[in-house]
Amino acid sequence: MKKEEVPQDKSNLASANMRELCYAVDKDGNYTTELSTGWEPKTVALDNSIAAIEEWIEDARQKVRNGQASPILYFMELNKMDFQVLAGYTRLWVWRVKRHLKPAVFKRLNNKILDRYAEAFGITTEELKNYKPE
Amino acid sequence: MVVEFEHYQSAHCENGVASNLLRYNGLKLSEPMIFGLGSGIFFVYIPFLKVNHAPAISYRPQPGIIFSRVAKRLGIRIKRKKFSDPEEARKALEENLAGGIPTGLQVGVFHLPYFPDQYRFHFNAHNLVVYGKEEGKYLISDPVMEGTTSLSAEELEKVRYAKGALAPRGQMYFPTHIPADVDLKKAIVKAIKSACSTMLAPVPIVGVRGERLVARKIRKWPEKVGVKTTNHYLAQMVRMQEEIGTGGGGFRYIYAAFLQEAADILEKPTLKILSQEMTAIGDEWRDFALNASRILKNRKAEEGMYQALADQLDGLADREEAFFKKLKKEV
Repeated sequence: MKKEEVPQDKSNLASANMRELCYAVDKDGNYTTELSTGWEPKTVALDNSIAAIEEWIEDARQKVRNGQASPILYFMELNKMDFQVLAGYTRLWVWRVKRHLKPAVFKRLNNKILDRYAEAFGITTEELKNYKPE
Repeated sequence: MVVEFEHYQSAHCENGVASNLLRYNGLKLSEPMIFGLGSGIFFVYIPFLKVNHAPAISYRPQPGIIFSRVAKRLGIRIKRKKFSDPEEARKALEENLAGGIPTGLQVGVFHLPYFPDQYRFHFNAHNLVVYGKEEGKYLISDPVMEGTTSLSAEELEKVRYAKGALAPRGQMYFPTHIPADVDLKKAIVKAIKSACSTMLAPVPIVGVRGERLVARKIRKWPEKVGVKTTNHYLAQMVRMQEEIGTGGGGFRYIYAAFLQEAADILEKPTLKILSQEMTAIGDEWRDFALNASRILKNRKAEEGMYQALADQLDGLADREEAFFKKLKKEV
């Protein structure tokens, strides 16, 4: 890639006033660096991933609404977490977190455990308990 | 306590922290030199490890290893510490800062307040340097940022104790000994040889074989897992190749820059020609990303587009195989 070809496309980076460093060659063929505001194919890939995440969140919302999953699934997806990450933040085993996705099990959870989930999601325990999707 | 810490932006966080910490301690090595000395060029496909619900693909080796290899090859000693207790982690950092020692930290990205929202994923192998404390705030040199920034004690604890895969567990590190005379020539030769063996390794998921394996998968995915999931996998691959930190082309340009520097140090002009060849390979990776993004944009992606993309990846594997065989003979 030549220095003058380093793409300066619009991207999410620009909104945060961030530019990233790219390596490219100058006119004499020597390596140098150039800051880039973004590159369209990258933005396309990131947008694709974000769309996938939004779909998982919507899926989770539906499942909670239909009584197929507890609110934990919804907030887990909302926070881009997987079981391992959530288990880490709640200091619980992965199998326990998976079990807590069952609405019946979730209903019986004590406040101590619910507090841990709420803290991991950055919400109050009440918000977690009372989450009811339309 | 604030020390004069020079912040240089880099493409990748680990190279950048290593380069900035060593420069502070009197050893000037560029980012490409760190990357090359750490044999950073790589490819791996790990189908059983899922990242964002997609098989893991990486263009660099596991976190921390680049700096460790650089240290080993140059005779530098690094102290690394993890803490189960956040309070102890804080104290150890404070002690370092009081002693005027800029300190590298492993952190999670998800809670980093200065990162754009869209880039905040649960990725826990980010690196930054803390070089002081002012008015209760820690002064931060994050190598992927243009300038320095700061974090409150709570914010810093949160990112040091991020959870999930590769949890940092408060890890901090700093060089404790740098030899007065480092033998750069010997280290470069060793590093290049090691990079060649890895890229040509007889392991199906690593190096050029890993690339060919992914090419085969790309041919099968649309039928096996459906177009939508295939596209999600491809998007993830493009992001690993091009998103913050690779310097473009899945680190291939940084490696080309390293070869150019190495050519002068080893007085081997042939390495300059190989550097140009690596640049061309990097260009081809960029083109691969561009073609993948076209598939993502195209709602009616045809079977042929995936085949063509797989062919391009096979071509890249062939080129890299020939390249690393030549490079191996050169040093």
